[in-house]
Amino acid sequence: MSNPRKIRILVAKPGLDGHDRGAKVVARALSDAGYEVVYTGLHQTPEMIAAAAVQESVDAVGLSIMSGAHMTLFPAVIDALKARGAGDVLVFGGGIVPDDDLAPLRAIGVAAIFKPGATTQEIVDWVEATIRPKLAS
Amino acid sequence: MSTRAARILAGDQRTGARLMRDLDDGLPEAIEVQKALFPSTGRAFVLGVTGNPGAGKSTVVDVLIERYRRQGKRVGVVAVDPTSPFSGGAILGDRIRMQRHATDDGVFIRSLATRGHLGGLSRSTGDVALVLDAMGYDIVIIETVGVGQDEIEVVGQADTTVVVTVPGLGDEIQAIKAGILEIADVLVVNKSDREGADNSVRHLITMLELRGHDATPVEIVKTVATSHPAQGIDDLILAIERHHARGSSASDAAARKKKRARAQLGDVLHDRLRRAADAALAAHPDLVEQVASRQLDPYSAADTIARTLLKP
Ligand SMILES: Nc1nc2c(ncn2[C@@H]2O[C@H](COP(=O)(O)OP(=O)(O)OP(=O)(O)O)[C@@H](O)[C@H]2O)c(=O)[nH]1
Ligand SMILES: [Mg+2]
Repeated sequence: MSNPRKIRILVAKPGLDGHDRGAKVVARALSDAGYEVVYTGLHQTPEMIAAAAVQESVDAVGLSIMSGAHMTLFPAVIDALKARGAGDVLVFGGGIVPDDDLAPLRAIGVAAIFKPGATTQEIVDWVEATIRPKLAS
Repeated sequence: MSTRAARILAGDQRTGARLMRDLDDGLPEAIEVQKALFPSTGRAFVLGVTGNPGAGKSTVVDVLIERYRRQGKRVGVVAVDPTSPFSGGAILGDRIRMQRHATDDGVFIRSLATRGHLGGLSRSTGDVALVLDAMGYDIVIIETVGVGQDEIEVVGQADTTVVVTVPGLGDEIQAIKAGILEIADVLVVNKSDREGADNSVRHLITMLELRGHDATPVEIVKTVATSHPAQGIDDLILAIERHHARGSSASDAAARKKKRARAQLGDVLHDRLRRAADAALAAHPDLVEQVASRQLDPYSAADTIARTLLKP
């Protein structure tokens, strides 16, 4: 029988910077790929993101970070998820992240980072490779 | 009782949310948990919020949450958005308007996609509302998808149904009146900062009058959900309370409980029968073939399959 599970992903834009075009494009692409995308909009604090992720029981949280605050926001979201017993929720992101920061972000548990040039198909492929197998169990 | 059910009755958000997911995905083991929770439910006041796409339903819900929280009540929200029939995916965006309550432990917001279910809700909406009830939320608000006129399933789930419209819809109001107006316990003309609000109210009054004298009264409330502070929300809360009070004489309450139980039972039963029918159909490729080659008509084939279903 086919797996009845539907992949659910929360897309959020943390931080104070102004627009969420990138986040919206990703949200749209993920929904076009057949996922349920909870979109929470701009100016989200790590606490708000983690609380929403728990209440929505999503498989993953995608963050759009253009402000350069990735080294504080990613760990803050991961910590907030852990504090709510949701450490198993994958955190991925997109935005301007210098190469030097990639390794430390992976080390604290960021599952994937997509650079501004990445296609939405790359993100969908990653979801299929990483999240889909988890749901089969 | 299972630990899962016990945790949910204690209000554990993570466990409750996961059960909602299992219910939404139709896992049989989730139903076992529901069975354990059911005796502890029926305490929450269930408020349905429906109305035109973009009328401001989510914004009104956001302000209602704020007011109910000020009254010390815990609030659960189920917000339904449509699933794309093409991709099977959905963007669940109602939450955007309510995010200021995200970290308030007295508020639990859950977004659902219709997943092909008609009627303005998902198949799982009633079950998810039941979980919120079991978790101890005093008020459970169900926001439907933006509706046409046949999407009125929320009435079967709610104690009070609020229909949100906006000024200046004119002909559209005419178009929705048949279905939507009849289900409204309270009518909201939101975006009353726009021109034509009073016209809309007059129009709605006229249409309500056409229902005749023995129809139950429906209050109309003008709101501006986006102003600071929001306008008309206290009136809306009072109108909701009055409707609730009107229906809370012992006999009314009993009738409503029975009606809801019937709807709930009917849903579960239809769902089971549909699944059984799908399975039986899948088990009879021979009959499909015979119908395809016109050796057999679909009515006789259905009779044959239905007989296998009804046998114990
Ligand atoms: N001018 C004005 N705009 C409003 C008011 N209430 C809501 N809006 C705006 O109307 C738009 C839609 O509001 P929502 O609350 O998302 O409407 P909705 O009915 O939940 O929409 P769907 O769930 O997509 O059907 C938003 O841009 C709101 O800011 C109001 O009272 N006045
Ligand atoms: Mg909405």
